Amino acid sequence: MKVAAEVIPAAAATDLAPGKEWRPPSYWPFVVPALVVVLAVIVFPWVFTIWMSLNQWKVGSPTTFVGLANYMRLPNDPRFVEAVGHTILYTALSVLLPLIFGTFAAVVFHAKFAGRGFLRGVFIMPMMATPVAIALVWTMMFHPQLGVLNYLLSLVGLPPQLWVFHPGTVIPSLVLVETWQWTPLVMLIVLGGLAAIPTEPYESAQIDGAGAWQMFRYITLPLITPFLFIAGMIRMIDAVKSFDIIFAITQGGPGSASETINLYLYSVAFIYYDLGYGSAIAVIFFLLIVALAAVMLHLRQRTMWTEIGSGA
Amino acid sequence: MKNLSISRRTLLAGTAATGALSLTGFPARAEVQWKKYAGTKLEVILAKGPRGDNLQKYIKEFTELTGIQVESEQIPEQQQRQKAVIELASGKPSFDVIHLSYHVQKRQFEKGGWLADMSGYMKDPNLTAPDLVESDFSAAGLQYAKNDKGQMLSLPWSVDYFILYYNKELFQKKGVAVPKTFDEMVVAAEKLTDAKEGTFGFVGRGLRNANMTLWTNFFLNYGGEFLDGKGGILTDGPEAIEATKLYQTLLTKVAPPGVAGFNWMESMASFTQGRSAMWIDGVGWAPPLEDPAASRIVGKVGYTVVPAGPKGQFSATYGDGLGIAAASKNKEAAYLLCQWAVSKTQGARLLQAGGGVPFRNSVLNDPEIQKGVKMPPEWLKSVIDSAKISKLGLPVIIPVAEFRDLVGAAITSTLAGADPAAELKKAHEQFRPILERSEKA
Repeated sequence: MKVAAEVIPAAAATDLAPGKEWRPPSYWPFVVPALVVVLAVIVFPWVFTIWMSLNQWKVGSPTTFVGLANYMRLPNDPRFVEAVGHTILYTALSVLLPLIFGTFAAVVFHAKFAGRGFLRGVFIMPMMATPVAIALVWTMMFHPQLGVLNYLLSLVGLPPQLWVFHPGTVIPSLVLVETWQWTPLVMLIVLGGLAAIPTEPYESAQIDGAGAWQMFRYITLPLITPFLFIAGMIRMIDAVKSFDIIFAITQGGPGSASETINLYLYSVAFIYYDLGYGSAIAVIFFLLIVALAAVMLHLRQRTMWTEIGSGA
Repeated sequence: MKNLSISRRTLLAGTAATGALSLTGFPARAEVQWKKYAGTKLEVILAKGPRGDNLQKYIKEFTELTGIQVESEQIPEQQQRQKAVIELASGKPSFDVIHLSYHVQKRQFEKGGWLADMSGYMKDPNLTAPDLVESDFSAAGLQYAKNDKGQMLSLPWSVDYFILYYNKELFQKKGVAVPKTFDEMVVAAEKLTDAKEGTFGFVGRGLRNANMTLWTNFFLNYGGEFLDGKGGILTDGPEAIEATKLYQTLLTKVAPPGVAGFNWMESMASFTQGRSAMWIDGVGWAPPLEDPAASRIVGKVGYTVVPAGPKGQFSATYGDGLGIAAASKNKEAAYLLCQWAVSKTQGARLLQAGGGVPFRNSVLNDPEIQKGVKMPPEWLKSVIDSAKISKLGLPVIIPVAEFRDLVGAAITSTLAGADPAAELKKAHEQFRPILERSEKA
């Protein structure tokens, strides 16, 4: 330590000394390795993806530069257009439902009762499981003839459903799995928010005669909104690029009823080997995610301002 | 499994006998120089399954015979295809020998020029045993292995015929005869369906892409041909519409609910649970059906050929082979391995375990080998009968995967009530430009 402390000022002094020949700044050796890694792992793949998207690039055939032709194909490709719709529906549902259930669960688990710690532990277990393993278990549960879900429905007198085996119910059924797995995450985030709320507002609300719902609606909800936004953003980014659960359960089927952009992208690039077109989809997909995240951030900032405003 | 009728000893004895024959002054035939490439190391990339198992289980015998070291890995089919294609396209594959699926990869591999030509090796008596001749492979096998110029680019390894599996117990219970035609099959399936009891007349693949392998059985038997003379696709014509109507009837009226999402696995589950009376699928599923640990219908399964359609009777055929990477530096050694893998000994083991059906007639028709088959005699009969009516089950084009996805999705959507003709038309409007692009490239 001592040695280093002595050496560095000396080196700096020689660097700055006038009249001496120029030497590269001494920080370069420290910056370059990180720079190389960033360029190689982040910048290069991106530039290369964009380059591929401007070419007709099929594995096994020579590549030719085609400009924006791959992008022009997108709006006329019914499978892509449908995939965008599926992605939006899937994402919207798998953000909203965990948010609603997660908030509810957080409020329940925030109250003090016997065995709370243990039950909290049990509740977050789905989050810890591997998505593909979960998907296989749910596939069996969804089975219209042999699955347990239809058996449970029959116990309460409801008719059997086709779940993931019908185009009309496949996306809600997949969202059910997502919701089951990711509600605990939302709960954990919101629990953190609840713990940070002071008790005074509730006390004064009680004195004013507010009911439980009113307290939730006008005190709890506004105060946990920033946490809900964070949870929503994490969920959204996760849901929009969800792949494992859909692929393992339906592979985008029946037909292409649950094919999201990510699944279609996978098929185009790695099953049809159309890397150029696949790259174009990847670029558009990335822009979509960035746009969604930007919207969320913007909304969050706006709510933060109104909150401070209303809180003051 | 272990009690195979052809042992290493008989193989060696056979080899010795051939050697003795040449000594006794029979037509001077050169002997295969098995040891010539001793010390070479080969890399093999296999698709996961009974064929790969069969090769890996006995690979020590090959090393003993030739002195060639073999490193092989089995990768699940889809990933294996991806890995192989990407490596071959790079020009520097990490493997010498590749296990390929003809019905998916034939045209793509030919167009890429990725496989070495074996025609010369097959004519070289120093490299090829006298019993390995082109004419021993079935017609479908040769069609798969040869390119337009007649070069052998691979050795056909195992063929997959589609057959009709049926549940004898359910048939007896309802007093139904085994159907010989599609019309009879529909009538039988209706009689066998008892939704209250949860039993259904028919089950089969409904899942997009996978379903094409079932559908083409109908398409071919309605007189369909995949391609016209100029390479244009014909799977939206009247034959295709009729085939789709049959498919729609069977899978919506007499099949278990949710069949639109079934692949072979779910179909097999329904069949082995005794919930479905008929199932059309690949011939390789007999071992699990006859396995008491996996099936409730052991000993009750009937096996027969796919029923006839109005325009003929064909069994949609798929298959896999072994090829040598054109970029390999050990082609002759690799050829010896391919040859050993499709040899009579290895083929017999494959057939006897029910893990696959060799393309070689000399294996299939050998009474000694037939005796050792562990599956019921009816199964073997269905295999031999299917071989006689075999026809390629998918068009030989590059974008096979897109074809299966697009047309498969159209066919699946008819299960939710869509009109067959309209769906097929829509799918082909999307597919035709893809096919044109791939042929132009």
